[in-house]
Amino acid sequence: MQTTLLSLLIWLPIVGGFLVMALGARVAAARWLALLISVVTLALCVPLYAGFDGSTAAFQFQQNLPWIPAFNARYSIGVDGIALPLIILTAFITVPVIIAAWTSVTKRVAQYYAAFLIMEGLMIGVFSAMDALLFYFFWEAMLIPMFLIIGIWGGPRRIYATIKFFLYTFLGSVFMLVALVYMYLQTQDYSIAALQAMPLTLEEQRWIFLAFFAAFAVKVPMWPVHTWLPDAHVEAPTGGSVVLAAIMLKMGGYGLLRFALPIAPDAGRELDGFVITLSLIAVVYIGFVALVQQDMKKLIAYSSIAHMGFVTLGAVLAYDIVGATGSPAGAGMGLDGAMVQMISHGLISGAMFLCVGVMYDRVHSREISAYGGVINKMPIFGAFMVLFSMANSGLPGTSGFVGEFLVVLAAFKANFWYAALAATTLILGAAYTLWLVKRVIFGKVGNHHVAEMKDVDGREFLVLGVLAVSVVLLGVWPAPLLDMMRGSIEHLTQMILATKL
Amino acid sequence: MTFTTNEIWLALPEIYLTTALCVVLLFDLFFATKNPGRTATLTLLVLVVGAVLASRQVIADRQVILGGMYVADRLSSLLKTGAFLFTAMALFYSRDYLARRGIQKGEYYVLSLTALLGVLVLASAANMVTLYVGVELLSLSLYALVAFDRDSGVAAEAAMKYFVLGAIASGTLLYGMSILYGMTGTLDLGALTARLGDSPGLGFTLAIAFIVSAIAFKFGAVPFHMWVPDVYQGAPTASAMMVATVPKLASFAMAFRFLAEGLMAQTPQWSQMLAILATVSVIAGNLIAIAQTSLLRMLAYSAIANVGFILFGFVAGSGAGFSSALYYTIAYVLMTLAAFAIVLISSRDGCEATELDHFKGLHQRDPLLAGAMAAVMFSTAGVPPFVGFWAKLQIIQALLASGHLTLALIAVVASVVGAFYYLRVVWLMYFEAPAEQPPLGKAPGMRLVLAINALAVLALGIMPEQLLALCRQVIPGG
Repeated sequence: MQTTLLSLLIWLPIVGGFLVMALGARVAAARWLALLISVVTLALCVPLYAGFDGSTAAFQFQQNLPWIPAFNARYSIGVDGIALPLIILTAFITVPVIIAAWTSVTKRVAQYYAAFLIMEGLMIGVFSAMDALLFYFFWEAMLIPMFLIIGIWGGPRRIYATIKFFLYTFLGSVFMLVALVYMYLQTQDYSIAALQAMPLTLEEQRWIFLAFFAAFAVKVPMWPVHTWLPDAHVEAPTGGSVVLAAIMLKMGGYGLLRFALPIAPDAGRELDGFVITLSLIAVVYIGFVALVQQDMKKLIAYSSIAHMGFVTLGAVLAYDIVGATGSPAGAGMGLDGAMVQMISHGLISGAMFLCVGVMYDRVHSREISAYGGVINKMPIFGAFMVLFSMANSGLPGTSGFVGEFLVVLAAFKANFWYAALAATTLILGAAYTLWLVKRVIFGKVGNHHVAEMKDVDGREFLVLGVLAVSVVLLGVWPAPLLDMMRGSIEHLTQMILATKL
Repeated sequence: MTFTTNEIWLALPEIYLTTALCVVLLFDLFFATKNPGRTATLTLLVLVVGAVLASRQVIADRQVILGGMYVADRLSSLLKTGAFLFTAMALFYSRDYLARRGIQKGEYYVLSLTALLGVLVLASAANMVTLYVGVELLSLSLYALVAFDRDSGVAAEAAMKYFVLGAIASGTLLYGMSILYGMTGTLDLGALTARLGDSPGLGFTLAIAFIVSAIAFKFGAVPFHMWVPDVYQGAPTASAMMVATVPKLASFAMAFRFLAEGLMAQTPQWSQMLAILATVSVIAGNLIAIAQTSLLRMLAYSAIANVGFILFGFVAGSGAGFSSALYYTIAYVLMTLAAFAIVLISSRDGCEATELDHFKGLHQRDPLLAGAMAAVMFSTAGVPPFVGFWAKLQIIQALLASGHLTLALIAVVASVVGAFYYLRVVWLMYFEAPAEQPPLGKAPGMRLVLAINALAVLALGIMPEQLLALCRQVIPGG
C-alpha cells in the first residue's frame, strides 16, 4: 500500500521553509506562515498516530518509489514503533521552538524560521527512511541548517562551536558511509531490511559495528566524543539548543537501534561491555562534570550527555540480561527504557533549554551567578522550572522517572554493578539539577537585573505549559507510548539476540 | 586512405568547430573591430549549435575511423557535448569581466575555441599521434590564454611557469610514447595490449611512468601540481576559469583513452602509480588548502584534492571506476564553473574579489551569490543533497568494489579535513559582517545562468539518476 502521508510530513516543512525564506523582510508574515506550517505538520501526525498499529513490527504508512535504480536505492519510507514516537516528538518540538522565537529573534527572522522548518522535514526524513542511502542523505543534509543556525544566530564563540559540531558529526558519518557501501556491494541493495538480513562474519560485523558506532556515538554523544555538545549548546540560539537536545541527539540512539545492533548483532554481543562502560562513564563522570558548571546551558548540556548514557546503556543490555537470566524474556526491557528515555529526555531537555531561553531573554546572561531568587519575581515561571528540574532528576510522576527506572531495572537483571552505577544518577542528577534550581530560582533576589524580571507572558506560558503537561502525562501514563512500540521492540529484541554467524 | 560519408558524419563536431573557428576569426577581423562584443555573441552561438550537434550524434557502438586515428563512441559524444556546453558557460561568465579589463578581444574567443578543439580531438583519440595533437592544441591555447593580459606581470609569470612546466610534461609524454613505439612498433592505442605481450619488462614500466606523470601534470596532481595555484592566481580570472574547468574533461579523456583503453591489460602497473599520486594529491591538496588566504589559491588546492578523487576512480581499474571518475569530472566542472562565476561577478574595476576576505558578509550584500556559493561549497565538500556527494559516493563504491579499503578510508578522512575550508567560505559569507559595502555588479543575464548552474548542482544532487545512468552507459562495463 502506498500512502503519501509521510512524504507530506517530510516535504511540507521543507517546501514551506523555502516559502518562508522567500518572504524575506516581511517578518510578521514569515512568523505566522512558519507557525501555520509547523502546526499543520503536527496535525498530520494525528492520522499517523491514529492509524498506527503498535502490535506488529511491520513498517506502516509505507511509500516506495524508485529513486536511483543505478544503486538500487529507493525512496522508501515508512514508520514502525521505534520511528513513530520520534517523528511525533520532532513535529511536536518544532512548534514551541517557532513560538519561543516569536520576539526573541530579531535578526534575519524569515531565514531563522526557514532553517528550523527545513531541518524539521529532514529530521522526519531521517526517522522514516527505510533505505540506508536515503537515511544517509537526510542525515547529512540536516547538518547544513544546523550549521547555519548555530553560526548565524549563536553566541560569541558560535563559529568555533558550529565548525566543531559539523566536523565532528561529519567525521563520524563518513565511516558509516564506508560501512554502508561495503554492505551494499555484497547485497546490491540499500534497503535497511536487506542489510539487517544479510549474513556477515564476526570480523566484518566487528568493523561495521565500530563504523556505525563512530557515527552514532558522536551524535548521542557518548564520552569521550561528547566535547562538541557543550560548545554547540552554549553558543546555539535557544531554538537550536532545543532541537539539538530534543531531537538530534536521539538520532544517535535511533541509529544504534536501527542499524548498528540489528545489522551486527554478534559484534554487539562481543562489544557490549565496551558500550556499557562508555555509557556508565557518561552517567557517572559526566554527572560530576555537570555539577561544577557555571553556565546554565552547559550544565543542561552535560546533563543531556548523562541522560543519553541511559539510552546507550539500555540499548545493549539485552545481551547481558540473556546471559544472566538464561532466557530472552524481559530482554526487551532495556530497549523499552532506552526508547522512553529518548522521548522523555526530548521533552525535558527541550523544556529546560526553553526555560533558560526565557531567562536569557530578560537578563542576557546564562551564568548561574547572574541569577538568584527568580521565583520572587517570576512565580509562574519558577513553578515550571522546578517541575522540569524535578523531571530532569527523575522524580516519579514525571516522564524522566519512567525511562530511567526501566533501564535501571533492566541493568539489575543483567548485573548488579551496572545497576548500582547507573542508579548514582538519581543522586547526581538530583544534585546538579536541584542545586541549579536553588541557586537560580530560590533565595533572595540576586541583583537588579533579576529584580526587573517580568513573569512569563501568554506565549511563554503556552509553550512551557504544553511541555509540562506532556512531561507529567508521559510520567503517569506511559502505556500509550509503550503500546506503540511493543511489536517493534519485540522484533528488535529478536533481531539483536539472533546470531548471524 | 578513403573517406566515407559516414566517417565525415562521425567527425562532424571537429569539422564543424574548425570551420566555425575560421568564421569567427574572419568575422572578428571585418565586423567586430569597433565592438568586440559581437564576436562574443557569435562564439556563444557557435558553441550552443556545437553542443546540439555533438549531443545529436547517434553512435550505436564504438567505431574507429580515419585509418585508425579517430574513435567515435558514446563517451566521445558525451564528452564533446559537455565540452561545448561548459565552454559556452565559461565564455558567457567571462564576458563582462573581459570587457572591464579591456581584454575582450576576438583572439580570446578564437583561442578558447582552439582549446576546445583540442579537447574534442583528445576525446576521440585512437592513436598516440591524435592524442598528442589534441594535448598540444589544448595546452598551447591555454598558455596563450593565461598570458592574455599582456600588461600584467603576474599573468606573464604564471604563463611562463605553466608553459615551461607544460612543455616538460609534453616532453615526457612524447618520450613515453616513443618507448612504447620502440617496443611495439605501433602508435595505435588499440593494438598496444596485443603487441606488448604478457611480461613487457622494465622498458614498459619506464614508459608507463613517463606517461602517467604527463597525465598527472595535465590533471594537476601532486607532485606535478606546482603550476596550478600560480596559474589560478596569476592569470586573468576568466582565463583561470578556462584552465580550471573544460580541460579537466580533456584530462579525463586522455587518461581514459591511453590507460583504460590502450593499456587495459596492464592496469596493475599504472594503477599502482596512480594510487600513490591520487593519495598524495588528496592529502596534500586538502591540507594545503586550509592555509590559503586567497580564494583562488584555495580553489586551486581544492582542485588538486578533487583531481586525486578522479584518479581514485582510475585506480579502481574497473568500468565502474572509470564511470565514477567521469561522473566526478562532470560534477566537478559544473561546480567549479559556478564558483568562478561568483568570483567574476563579485570583482569590479580595479578590485578583484580573489581573497577570502572579500567574501565576508556576502550574504548581506548579495543573497543570490552567497546562496550559490554556499551550495557549491557544500557540494564540493561532499554533503548531500548536492551533486558532489554522489560523485564522492561513487568513487568510494568503486574503490571498495576493487578491494581498496585503505584508499577509501584515506579518501573519506581527507574529505572531512577538506570540509573545513569549504565551511570557512560559508562562515565568511554568512557569519561575518561585511567589511565594505560597495555595490556588486548587476549582470542580470549572468545571474540567471549562475542561478541555473547552482540549481543544477542541487537538482543533480536530489535526482542523480539521469547523469549517473548516462555515465555508466557510455563506458563499457560501467
